[in-house]
Amino acid sequence: MDSKINDKLKILADAAKYDVSCSSSGGKRKNDNKGLGNAEGMGICHSYTEDGRCVSLLKILLTNFCIYDCAYCVTRKSNDIKRAAFTVQEVVDLTINFYRRNYIEGLFLSSGIFKDADYTMERLVRVAKKLRQEHKFNGYIHLKTIPGASDELIKEAGLYADRLSVNIELPSEKSLQALAPEKNYSEILVPMGSIKQQLVQAKEESKLFKSAPVFAPAGQSTQLIVGASAESDQQILQLSDQLYKGYSLKRVYYSGYVPVSADNRLPIITEPPIIRENRIYQADWLMRFYGFDVKEIVDEQHPNLDLDIDPKLSWALRNRHAFPVEMNTADYEMILRVPGIGVKSAKKIVSARRFAPLQFEHLRQMGVVLKRAKYFITCQTKSLQRQDYESDQLRRKILFGDGSARSALLTQQLDLFRQVG
Amino acid sequence: MHLYTYDGSFEGLLTVVFEAFERKAWPTAIEQEQVAQPSMFGDTIRVVTDEQKSGRVWQGLQRRLSKGALEALYYTYLWEQSGFEQLVFDYARLAFESEESIEGNYTATCVLQVQQIHKQVHREKHRMEAFVRFQKSADGLFYATITPDFNVLPLIIRHFERRYADQRWAIYDTRRRYGAYYNLVSTAFINLETQAVSPKRYGVLTADQYDAEEAKYQQLWQVYFDHVNIPERKNPKLHLRHIPRRYWKYLSEKQPRQLKNLS
Ligand code: SF4
Repeated sequence: MDSKINDKLKILADAAKYDVSCSSSGGKRKNDNKGLGNAEGMGICHSYTEDGRCVSLLKILLTNFCIYDCAYCVTRKSNDIKRAAFTVQEVVDLTINFYRRNYIEGLFLSSGIFKDADYTMERLVRVAKKLRQEHKFNGYIHLKTIPGASDELIKEAGLYADRLSVNIELPSEKSLQALAPEKNYSEILVPMGSIKQQLVQAKEESKLFKSAPVFAPAGQSTQLIVGASAESDQQILQLSDQLYKGYSLKRVYYSGYVPVSADNRLPIITEPPIIRENRIYQADWLMRFYGFDVKEIVDEQHPNLDLDIDPKLSWALRNRHAFPVEMNTADYEMILRVPGIGVKSAKKIVSARRFAPLQFEHLRQMGVVLKRAKYFITCQTKSLQRQDYESDQLRRKILFGDGSARSALLTQQLDLFRQVG
Repeated sequence: MHLYTYDGSFEGLLTVVFEAFERKAWPTAIEQEQVAQPSMFGDTIRVVTDEQKSGRVWQGLQRRLSKGALEALYYTYLWEQSGFEQLVFDYARLAFESEESIEGNYTATCVLQVQQIHKQVHREKHRMEAFVRFQKSADGLFYATITPDFNVLPLIIRHFERRYADQRWAIYDTRRRYGAYYNLVSTAFINLETQAVSPKRYGVLTADQYDAEEAKYQQLWQVYFDHVNIPERKNPKLHLRHIPRRYWKYLSEKQPRQLKNLS
């Protein structure tokens, strides 16, 4: 057993795991060169960590040597930990051999900054290039772009990678200055902007020339750390909203801050804010798939998400005037806003009601969680609740009512993690 | 009372549909002929699989159903749980007797059920695509065994053909005792039992039959798995929801950390 590579893998997987993104979706790389791998369409989770996160990619750092000293990061210069560095060939071999055994969908490669940004970025690019060109590898490659790397290198990275990401990490310039003094927002946003531009350009070229080179077909993503600094959920979600709209990001990932250092610039917490992170993901989901505007989810009066109930229920309780929704006639968009009805059941409802008037039993069979939905809907003007409740009462009923409701709520939270991938 | 028996093939089942329409004698039960008990009441109709008849039924269905619905129907056949024949029949009959498309009519029990089975089988297919773990043998073959809940092997072949176009691989269903083998050109179904191997050893390689680096990569994968975990976030319940225990046997990362027989 090669114990050197073993040790490197331990150190460099450990250091990479706080980047929560593990998605391998959205690739368009077909295996049409009779090579290895195929990254079409949906990614696959090949395993799950004991904390329930999807394992889809070999997620490692090239090295955890770093010249910077970001307070929230295990890899920071002042942290007294073991350091290691892979060679380009070692990363290539690991990726290929894991892929061939169906352990992974591909590689997510990031790195501490050694020497300088370009020096580091150049090595990341070399790994991707080698995989694509020498091994005809069509699996998924996600490269982290190093803050401060040159435009040319980022452009080259996009030729080989399916996804590029620039992590913002801290949701405001102020926090960034306090916790990562060597970085600044413009250094992060500039590459993000230039990736966006490349994406747009590549898309236009591909319309004109079939053989135009692809550029990061799965787009770009970023990560925000939740709970290492003082921003409210409103600030965080507004930032995400801007990133989705202004930079066409595919995904914003949220990472509940895991206390990795006793640095006095950081809040003292004992546990990562998992529920808060979960609520933010739910809110993000509402913005991307449920047609909610960020202002409907959080505002000046409600700058933070309710930790006890999900943001959709929260919205419904604040907007009782919009209910009840009649299942047989309401628009799809409105059905989607009913607590207890997800995208799939909403689609089924709209489809099934063309054939016969819907009854509550139909809804139950289609997977609607009537326990929650019943307070907000009617079927042929009939309602399942005998009495009209105030929002506060309703909230209590859903949270603690019928005995088992509480656990149903918890399972629902678990469900959410499944969607986060 | 009409009991139909058939040979267990999908074509056979479609032939049953043909015969039932021909006779206007709707089945009260459809069973495989090897397991069927002769009916004490009513008649038993032994259907012989007929390519032309089954072909006509399929074409008829193709005219009435979308590709997705046809797939759902085929998945219901691969589902193999009790009552699947009757479901396929009911669905086909409803399709033939309705003026309009029946898809999306979830108020009809068989439509909703077929849709749910489609999802179930699809999930199992997806799980196999995710959890199959190949082991490299000394002669360069990547080999895996599976025992899926439903008969999904035919469904996962395309996925692996596309993914592993440049390596020879085989996947063997040890419960249903057949496998698929890809030889760099095409994939064929195989049956190991015709070879001179004792049944206990189907799909089991001895240490010297593995590639020299196999143990190394299995161990590296375990190392990786242990180190991507964030202990502060441990959530065993969620973990189990994603990978129910019955799938652990496939996963090298879930095996004991000392691989005695390999190293
Ligand atoms: S630059 Fe990146 S790796 Fe280095 S300390 Fe900051 S966050 Fe960590």
